[in-house]
Amino acid sequence: MGSLNVSLCGIPLDNPLIPASGTFGFGYEFAEWYDINCLGTFSFKGTTRQPRFGNPTPRIAECPAGMINAVGLQNPGVEKVISEELPKLKQVFHKPVMANVSGFSVQEYAETCALLDREPQVGWLEVNISCPNVHGGGMSFGTDPTSAAEVTAAVKRVTTKPVIMKLSPNVTDIAAMARACEDAGADGISLINTLQGMRIDLKTRRPILANTMGGVSGPCVFPVALRMVWQVCRAVRVPVIGMGGIRTAEDVLEMMMAGAAAVEIGAANLVDPMACRRILDDLPRAMETYGIQNLKELGGR
Amino acid sequence: MKECLLTVAENTAIARDVYRMTLRGDVSGVTRPGQFVNLKLDGFFLRRPISVFDREGDTLKLIYKAVGQGTGAMTGLREGDSLSVLTGLGNGYRLEPAGDAPLLLGGGVGVPPLYWLARQLRAQGKRVTAVLGFNTGADMFGEVDFQALGCETVVTTADGSYGRKGFVTDALPEAYSYFYTCGPEPMLRAVFARTVTEGQFSFEERMGCGFGACMGCSRKTVTGYKRICREGPVLEKGEILWEA
Repeated sequence: MGSLNVSLCGIPLDNPLIPASGTFGFGYEFAEWYDINCLGTFSFKGTTRQPRFGNPTPRIAECPAGMINAVGLQNPGVEKVISEELPKLKQVFHKPVMANVSGFSVQEYAETCALLDREPQVGWLEVNISCPNVHGGGMSFGTDPTSAAEVTAAVKRVTTKPVIMKLSPNVTDIAAMARACEDAGADGISLINTLQGMRIDLKTRRPILANTMGGVSGPCVFPVALRMVWQVCRAVRVPVIGMGGIRTAEDVLEMMMAGAAAVEIGAANLVDPMACRRILDDLPRAMETYGIQNLKELGGR
Repeated sequence: MKECLLTVAENTAIARDVYRMTLRGDVSGVTRPGQFVNLKLDGFFLRRPISVFDREGDTLKLIYKAVGQGTGAMTGLREGDSLSVLTGLGNGYRLEPAGDAPLLLGGGVGVPPLYWLARQLRAQGKRVTAVLGFNTGADMFGEVDFQALGCETVVTTADGSYGRKGFVTDALPEAYSYFYTCGPEPMLRAVFARTVTEGQFSFEERMGCGFGACMGCSRKTVTGYKRICREGPVLEKGEILWEA
């Protein structure tokens, strides 16, 4: 059997499979379905400085081969994440975990990351810059290279852990965003976050989501994600985590052939709670089919 | 909670756009009335959450209304088809506070989750009154099922075409020890306002996963944020907050 081992920003992973933030909670819901220690790691629920309820419901809509969510970063705030969620997570997951952080100002990102930096369970900080910047007219940090670089630099100043910047696909030039983050000190890049989309209820003639718009994920975004991962892998030297619509072992291989060092799996977990376990079980077969001895050989770094 | 491959044994229309589906297989994950299951349908990305009408041995009965594309596609399932089903989702009703004369209030497709509850309450020797409300007589189902359990059964229709004219809240009995309800939110609000005892409410919400992972179905309550799929769908009367 080929080797599934990879490494991410200097930390070894038993395999490249990482459940994506917002689809895996703090792990313990999934520990009821399988032993989640089989995973490379996972990225926990997006955490902000203050508690957030998120958006009104409906928060979920469906589309062909995917879904649209507007959850709005519901989370108990970083202090409760540290005091309540991480101890529970530790009971069921014994590897370094990826902390996913969101914010609405540069300072908020830095404060949240500084608190998480002290937690020994946290291996990496994954910084989601798809949120609106309240001091920047509401434009997302992730659509402006200068803002993205500012967040990167501010987070780097408060942590010694590897900082992975999670990029929004809702931009014209994804390579420029990735380079701005790398130049500001990012240790890695993950992409793609969800694509903006919406649905309208034909009966009521109104948007289905209470928030009108949401983020599209699921198999329908895979080709877009793959293209952007390919572009970013050719624009930066730091490791890249590929995500967006992965649901099979073949999708994992394809994403790694585009240059990803590891992959995140999101929406698939919501339809099949065993999705990551099944993909992991299937990876050796898929590797053998395509003559892959070692996942590291696929071009990731 | 379990993921199981279940086989369709029956899928029959029982009222206008309303179907009863019987599934066979390992349904041991369903442990309490008021729980739901989440069905994977060919051609649809998200599963479809459907409340449990009854469970006995290896047999699970669901009653669902064809309201959209997913439930519409469900009507095309035939005997022998198999489905991936997440079973035993949600908290379900608690029987302990029922008292000797519990009242069940169901509206439309809010009726099904009350049936297995009624059966369990009757098995405990409770005097059960069931008030089942529908828009019109063509929508009506379940009356004979509740009667066969020995429940005092009242049917209301909004247009008066069957049973008593009015809403379930127009047919509340004079005395009851406790109540259980499920139905559309305007009905639940009316039940909340008009009932005089404590009770339990089952809520409906659009869901992503159905097992607590996505935060798609959160609701504010007196005791904090609850996921309808996980800490719900059943909430106690005392913890409900109504948004304006």
